[in-house]
Amino acid sequence: MTAYLDHAATTPMLPGAIDVLTAELGRTGNASSLHSAGRSARRTVEEAREQLAAALGARPGEVVLTAGGTEADNLAVKGLFWSRAGQDSARRRILVSAVEHHAVLDPASWLARHAGAETVLLPVDGTGRLDLDALAAELEAAGPRTALVSVMWANNEVGTLQPLREVVALAHRYGVPVHSDAVQAVGQVPVDFAASGLDALTVSGHKVGGPLGIGALLARRGLDLTPVLHGGGQERGVRSGTLDTPASRAFAVAVDTAVRARPQTAARVTDLRDDLVRRVREAVPGAVLRGPDPVPATGRDAARHGDPPARLPGNAHFTFPGCEGDSLLFGLDSAGVQCSTGSACQAGVPQPSHVLLAMGVEEHDARGALRFSLGHTSTAADVDALLDVLPGVVERARAAGLASAGPAGRAGPTGHGAGAGAGAGRGGAR
Amino acid sequence: MRVLAALSGGVDSAVAAARAVDAGHDVVGVHMALSRNRDQFRTGSRGCCSIEDAGDARRAADVLGIPYYVWDLSERFEDTVVADFLAEYAAGRTPNPCVRCNEHIKFEALLDKAVALGFDAVCTGHYARVVTRPGPDGSAPVRELHRAADLAKDQSYVLAVMGPDRLARSMFPLGDAASKAQVRAEAAARGLSVSAKPDSYDICFVADGDTQGFLRERLGSLPGDVVDVDGRVVGAHDGAYAYTVGQRKGLSIGRPAPDGRPRYVLEVRPVSNTVVVGPADALAVGAVLGGDAVWLADDVVGAEPAGRAGGADWFACQAQVRAHGDPVPARARRTPHGGVRVEVHGDLRGVAPGQSLVLYAGTRVLGQATVEGTERA
Repeated sequence: MTAYLDHAATTPMLPGAIDVLTAELGRTGNASSLHSAGRSARRTVEEAREQLAAALGARPGEVVLTAGGTEADNLAVKGLFWSRAGQDSARRRILVSAVEHHAVLDPASWLARHAGAETVLLPVDGTGRLDLDALAAELEAAGPRTALVSVMWANNEVGTLQPLREVVALAHRYGVPVHSDAVQAVGQVPVDFAASGLDALTVSGHKVGGPLGIGALLARRGLDLTPVLHGGGQERGVRSGTLDTPASRAFAVAVDTAVRARPQTAARVTDLRDDLVRRVREAVPGAVLRGPDPVPATGRDAARHGDPPARLPGNAHFTFPGCEGDSLLFGLDSAGVQCSTGSACQAGVPQPSHVLLAMGVEEHDARGALRFSLGHTSTAADVDALLDVLPGVVERARAAGLASAGPAGRAGPTGHGAGAGAGAGRGGAR
Repeated sequence: MRVLAALSGGVDSAVAAARAVDAGHDVVGVHMALSRNRDQFRTGSRGCCSIEDAGDARRAADVLGIPYYVWDLSERFEDTVVADFLAEYAAGRTPNPCVRCNEHIKFEALLDKAVALGFDAVCTGHYARVVTRPGPDGSAPVRELHRAADLAKDQSYVLAVMGPDRLARSMFPLGDAASKAQVRAEAAARGLSVSAKPDSYDICFVADGDTQGFLRERLGSLPGDVVDVDGRVVGAHDGAYAYTVGQRKGLSIGRPAPDGRPRYVLEVRPVSNTVVVGPADALAVGAVLGGDAVWLADDVVGAEPAGRAGGADWFACQAQVRAHGDPVPARARRTPHGGVRVEVHGDLRGVAPGQSLVLYAGTRVLGQATVEGTERA
């Protein structure tokens, strides 16, 4: 059997979303057309917009439909920067947490290189939580020169929930708008746009059981955003492009369903995840849980008992010392267990995660990372399947880590060192 | 067998993997990420060639219906192949990075990792043949490494560095391919989109092919003298590492030679940072001394001699010192401490320390060593 433990990458579509998507695919009509087919499509889109807004605590007019989370993040970061810097050329600073998804980090660094922005990466603690003092210090030093703050709702790799209430309060003291990438949070934890005080929020379709290729930016009424895509002027001129009627409706149904089912789903998934964490620790004593600990083993954390951990319910993230993530992933995949190394993958090239590095994890430890993410279809059998094979997979990956680390690495206690100094010589390795 | 097919993204490794699948093996494709160029914020970069290659390798695996993974061996590659390349040039020697890559990466780091993860063998698109013969008197079978059927594509030279143990876990399904054209036709017939992809020739980590520029960037400028065989200064250079024995072009020599004949690099002396030049006939080599020898034919070359005295028995062979150089008739014998002495009977010119010396008997590879020094003819 196979076990799918990568819901944070994408999660199976909800049956209700599939039903409305396939039904809508058979209908014709451009939502911008003025005849009856167009009006019908427009009505479907607007009903979807209302459904999305209601599920997320926003007004319908605050929903800007996009082709996904990455586009929404780009629109937020670039649109806010261009708009703010355009109104006041001194506002060129962009404050983002160091653990943001690349869809936020890369636009921010691109603006620094090409548009005169000054991008500041805000540090996080060992669990991946934003350092609020650092944010306060940056705002105090140059609040009036800051264009925006972007801090994700929940981290995609280690699941850490960010203290957004405090972030918003700090930034708004200086009149700085705040964007949050909530792609991983919607359907997992309560997300209420109005209550959050945020100025902009990103949500994605396929992470909540909707279709791929659609998402939205919730943008507070009155927030000035410079468009990234220009054209037909759809979405109040902020995001041009023919509206995707079928995907909009399926997206809305998925968000609505996921948000309604969240209390039950989250409780069930939390129990599965806690079971997974306990059993991985038992089966692989060297494994190190990264991010906030949902099942503290020691009395030191017992005082926090009763507080919900500041972590996504379905997320478990471990590093396995002496192992390479690619060996672990290969071993698990061969055994039918699908998960992620949790690192940024460009064309499948594994690189140490910037999230783990920002949390202070050493590069060689960061290489042995695995993210297990559970979702609405997860069962106890998935966790059982993982635990059936994980000890053997880790053992082989350790052996492979020793083998591929080279002669210098073999001498080391954990197999790291990767042949440093073995290269220039032409000694005994031959 | 469980076979790991190393997929570079080129046509050869794709067809080799296809043949391994056809042979009934349980094949998994792996692309090695070797570049350490980590563009943290990828905005603006359209991806380097290795990302394109990784995509081609992935599509080849899709077409073959085999799993595909990328393994990051970039740190090991930098620490061994690139570091060795720089250290060798800095020491006035002429390395072959492809030999070092086969030695340390493909048939060590990759192979060892594969074996640890449960694979029986690594399959590559190299053009060479492995021939298994029954051992003498019923002993274990002997594996021989031979030149490819297509001598124009033969790559046994860069594989000879492998010892018998590693050879036993290697598969080269293209060894008996008639020609590269045949391999391309086979790729096209199998629906592999890389069938018409151009061959790569340059050193993979010197992206623009400018080896001298790469060396200058990594080793810095180090001006010194160009001298003739009598020690007279005849010119200047910007870094002795940029010169290799036998080189004629690129010598900035002010005065012409007294006899008016062209001059060649005869020697690079890193300690005094000088480049010695002289006439072509001074390049002729009579004997080559090799070190760090690896042998694949104990039945021919015999045992290593004990002690300091002389060497073992002579054996007849052909010596090759460049990937695409012609083999030269020679005789050789093992010397103590992993050495070999080769006396050539033909015309061999411009042999530089650091080069890979491979000895053949016909198509069979007898062994490999690194050139330590030469004696003039």
